[in-house]
Amino acid sequence: MTNPSIDIVNLTKTYGSFTAVANLNIKIEGPKCVGFLGPNGAGKTTTLKMLTDLIMPSSGQALINGENVHTHKRAALASVGTLIETPEIYPSLTPREALNMVAEMRGVPKAERKKQIDEAVSEVRMGEWMDKRVGKFSKGMKQRICIAAALLNDPTILLLDEPTTGLDPRGMSEVRDIVKSLKKRNRLIFMSSHILSEVADVCDEVAMIDHGKLLVYDTLPNVTAKFSGDGNVVEVGLLKSVDLAFVTSTVSRISGVDTAEIIDDKKLRIKFTGGLDVQASILSDLLKQNVSVLSYRPAASALEDVYLNLIKETL
Amino acid sequence: MSDASRGIASTFTQLVTMTKYSFLNYLRARRFLVMVLLVAIVNVVLTAAVAYTRSAVFLNSALAFYGTWWGGFIDIFILLTVVFFGGDAISGEFQNKTGYYLVPNPIRRSTIYVGKYLAAFIASTLILALFAAFTLANGLYYGMGVPTQFLESFLFAWLYLLTALSVTFMFSSLFKTTSISILITVLLFLFVFNVVDELSTVLLKIEPWFSITYAEGIVANILTNPFPPHFVPAVTTGAAARFSFPTYNASIIEGLAIMAIYLVATALLGLVLFERKEFN
Repeated sequence: MTNPSIDIVNLTKTYGSFTAVANLNIKIEGPKCVGFLGPNGAGKTTTLKMLTDLIMPSSGQALINGENVHTHKRAALASVGTLIETPEIYPSLTPREALNMVAEMRGVPKAERKKQIDEAVSEVRMGEWMDKRVGKFSKGMKQRICIAAALLNDPTILLLDEPTTGLDPRGMSEVRDIVKSLKKRNRLIFMSSHILSEVADVCDEVAMIDHGKLLVYDTLPNVTAKFSGDGNVVEVGLLKSVDLAFVTSTVSRISGVDTAEIIDDKKLRIKFTGGLDVQASILSDLLKQNVSVLSYRPAASALEDVYLNLIKETL
Repeated sequence: MSDASRGIASTFTQLVTMTKYSFLNYLRARRFLVMVLLVAIVNVVLTAAVAYTRSAVFLNSALAFYGTWWGGFIDIFILLTVVFFGGDAISGEFQNKTGYYLVPNPIRRSTIYVGKYLAAFIASTLILALFAAFTLANGLYYGMGVPTQFLESFLFAWLYLLTALSVTFMFSSLFKTTSISILITVLLFLFVFNVVDELSTVLLKIEPWFSITYAEGIVANILTNPFPPHFVPAVTTGAAARFSFPTYNASIIEGLAIMAIYLVATALLGLVLFERKEFN
């Protein structure tokens, strides 16, 4: 399988004198999850719509796996699963029919169709609703069916526009799990979201735009290292709790650490100065000190700092 | 690279899929049931009326029977079916956001458009066939047989249905609001085309060869014997002169040609409009 890629080249969308997206350039290659962030009206959904033929660019190109979406749509979207805004399904169809419709369009062989649909539906936990009419479903239930549709034919790329919108907390968590499992299966996920903790949780890289212009595109740790006003912050999930004395006497003294605090009995928050190498060496030191680390990731609040700093600067 | 090697269905398969599921959606929609009920009610009332009155208007001859029963009502039913099945067919994809489920797939927009059009045509044909079945059953009961003119009229009505749906789909592609596209369709077929026909004939004394409703006249006219003359001048003497206006009747060739031109032109224009329409 070739490396999945999204190449946005000088992409521009104007409506009269208003520029929704201005000369946007982003090249994403390989299996990873990229969070697409920006305030309302920044141009996130417009960009995703140009990547899926829902709107046409005023100029520039949207390429998926090297194919231009607007001149070679079928080739470009052949291996792409999408969820843009909150799609509606013909109300008189059942999820089984709606998913069969997409599976047939996408060329899922007849012999595999049932298996693929059953798998996709079980991922979004809608199995018991398969033969009910979609018209009677709640927004969250429809969103789950649309996510299942995006997973059909095992796409190498997923374009998701605020995929947890309309879902209850359990649904949001399930979607995050789906995205994480797709990452493990070497898929490229380009996902817009307003929920920074969600992005910090599932994404490897972030692209931020405002007023249609790209502000930054880099790995999550690099972005937080470069732009967080309060320095870098990582949250450490623990298997066993540690006491305050250990945190102040040992963790706080690790090279690069500015402060360390206990958030709850199984979670630490460490503020540090430096880049990825420092972040890695802190983890290494924690392990040497026999701290039972369950998770280690940039804190959502660090991303929030970056977001607020960058967006503020463009106002 | 072929569709198969990319792992996507062929355009023809996608067209069949689009038609199949759109048709299923039409078939289960309340408006399909409403149309079936309307056809049934009108035909039951007609059956009872003819059985009770034994009116010569119906029973005088086979052509009188089919001309009054079928020719007198089928145009309004075609209008209703195109409004019900085509009025919001494309605008609904935007307003109801169903387009967001379909368009971002590896499928051409033209395939979606044509698939929906074929589905609407099949659903409308079922309504047309139901009306024809009621008409035929009564015609056979009263010993009228099946004149070839009725079969021709059915085919003309079928072509008119195909054309009227194409016009409706084109107007549906112009708007993103379903109520507006339905209203425009109703106004066009009920008033605008007819008013333009009358103005053209009465005031300008020009044959309304540019009008789809003028062409549709052949559906009923084929059931009159003899076929009405192309031009009937106004009465110029006597009391009737005050209320008499000239009349044009499309010949069969003319009617078919006008419908064919409308069909091709509006289908192309509708496709172009849908290709360029943005989901924003």
